[in-house]
Amino acid sequence: MSAFGAAAAAEWVKVRSVRSTAVTLTVFAVVALGMGWLIGSTMEPGADLDDPLTAAFMGLLVAQLLLVTFAVACVGSEYATGTIKASLAAVPSRGRLYAAKMSAVGATVALVVLPVELAVFAIVQGLAGDAAVSWTEWATIESLLGGWISLMLLCVFAAAITVVTRSTVWTLAILLPVLFLSGQGLGNVDAIRPVVQYFPDQVGHVIMHMTIPGDPRFGRDYGAWTGVAILVLWTAAALAGGWLAMRRRDA
Amino acid sequence: MIEVRNLTKRYRGGTAVDDLSFTVEPGRVTGFLGPNGAGKSTTIRLILGLDRPTSGDATVNGRPYASLPRPLTAVGALLEAGDLHPSRSVREHLRWLARSNGIGERRIGEVLEATGMTEAGRKRARALSLGMKQRLGVAAALLGDPGVLILDEPVNGLDPEGVVWIRNLMKRLAAEGRTVLVSSHLMAEMALTAEHLVVIGRGRLLADVPMEAFLASHRGASLEEAFMRLTSESVEFRAGGSR
Repeated sequence: MSAFGAAAAAEWVKVRSVRSTAVTLTVFAVVALGMGWLIGSTMEPGADLDDPLTAAFMGLLVAQLLLVTFAVACVGSEYATGTIKASLAAVPSRGRLYAAKMSAVGATVALVVLPVELAVFAIVQGLAGDAAVSWTEWATIESLLGGWISLMLLCVFAAAITVVTRSTVWTLAILLPVLFLSGQGLGNVDAIRPVVQYFPDQVGHVIMHMTIPGDPRFGRDYGAWTGVAILVLWTAAALAGGWLAMRRRDA
Repeated sequence: MIEVRNLTKRYRGGTAVDDLSFTVEPGRVTGFLGPNGAGKSTTIRLILGLDRPTSGDATVNGRPYASLPRPLTAVGALLEAGDLHPSRSVREHLRWLARSNGIGERRIGEVLEATGMTEAGRKRARALSLGMKQRLGVAAALLGDPGVLILDEPVNGLDPEGVVWIRNLMKRLAAEGRTVLVSSHLMAEMALTAEHLVVIGRGRLLADVPMEAFLASHRGASLEEAFMRLTSESVEFRAGGSR
């Protein structure tokens, strides 16, 4: 096995061998499915939430807090417990260790989110009746695909930030209010929207059908895939920051 | 073999390791001795590439640790035994270490047996006593069957039976031709284990001598007295010299 493959295999053992992984990811699935069902069953034809994709992603966006918690804990626990020393002794190439850890977090999130996302959407579709949309229409596929990518990127972003802060608590204290408040509409406040709409948790909203470009209240100045591209940039910046911290600091 | 050459580590608050040079030869237990805060742990962290030296360097088998392709198969280290994820089991802890260096699954069972931890394999780290954590740390160090072992204060928290066990283990590993560096702040413990001594105080080398020569040069004094005399002189000299 390649050196990177070995390091990634080790990271995968770390991820699956702690109880918090199973707990946070199970609660994520339960919250996403439950919220999807709740929101889907209150949908009314012609109302704001007549798009099943919007309803499905509202549930997923509430549940994403648990995904972010998982991603942050994967990194933060290494520093809190001191296992980072053993990790660096086992994989002294810091770039390799960092790449392996980010890959393990991203891959785990991607593997968990895809079936949950499809299941939430299936539930909402079932409740939508006449408002159900075609599964095979590009708009549907595009949204599900983009939402999946966005949730995965946001988790890698959070994990990379944690490499800089080296603390689960501090990272969550910064990220969770941002994620909560934006969900409650901070991104839609006119005075700050021109800036806040570019925040990492906001840029996925177009492709997740939470808003449409041009909407006077919730609109964004960019399109669906441009939003995903902006999130790619955020993630790349966080990864670069994490790499600098990883490379420079003593363990 | 471990070679430390002119190793220096300065932090913002002061100097932890100060122009330190010594060599640890294979085939014998080398005691790495000094009072608490002397710089033993920092030196070990520098050897393992966990910290970057301000100047100087350290090599293992002629190479910097970070350039070893599968480091756990060359060097086994026991640092803080408590550095474990509380909800990860003993076996899973060893498993991730093994995977990271391409070490086979069979070896996990072997090191568990060698450290008397077979029964505890499914226990989560939070359920382990300090003594069991030390044994797990030794198991992790032995995982890659390395030629070089670095043990930082391995007898901490061990019961008398455990102390005897680790003493014999270190002697056996050295007799097999391995390089064994073991740090301690307890002179009496070293006297029973080490054949060679590297003594440091305030980050500086105070002595690099065979145990017998050290004992001979301090005839009449007990080991603890000789050690105290050696290190307290260094402390006073340093305190006087730096002001």
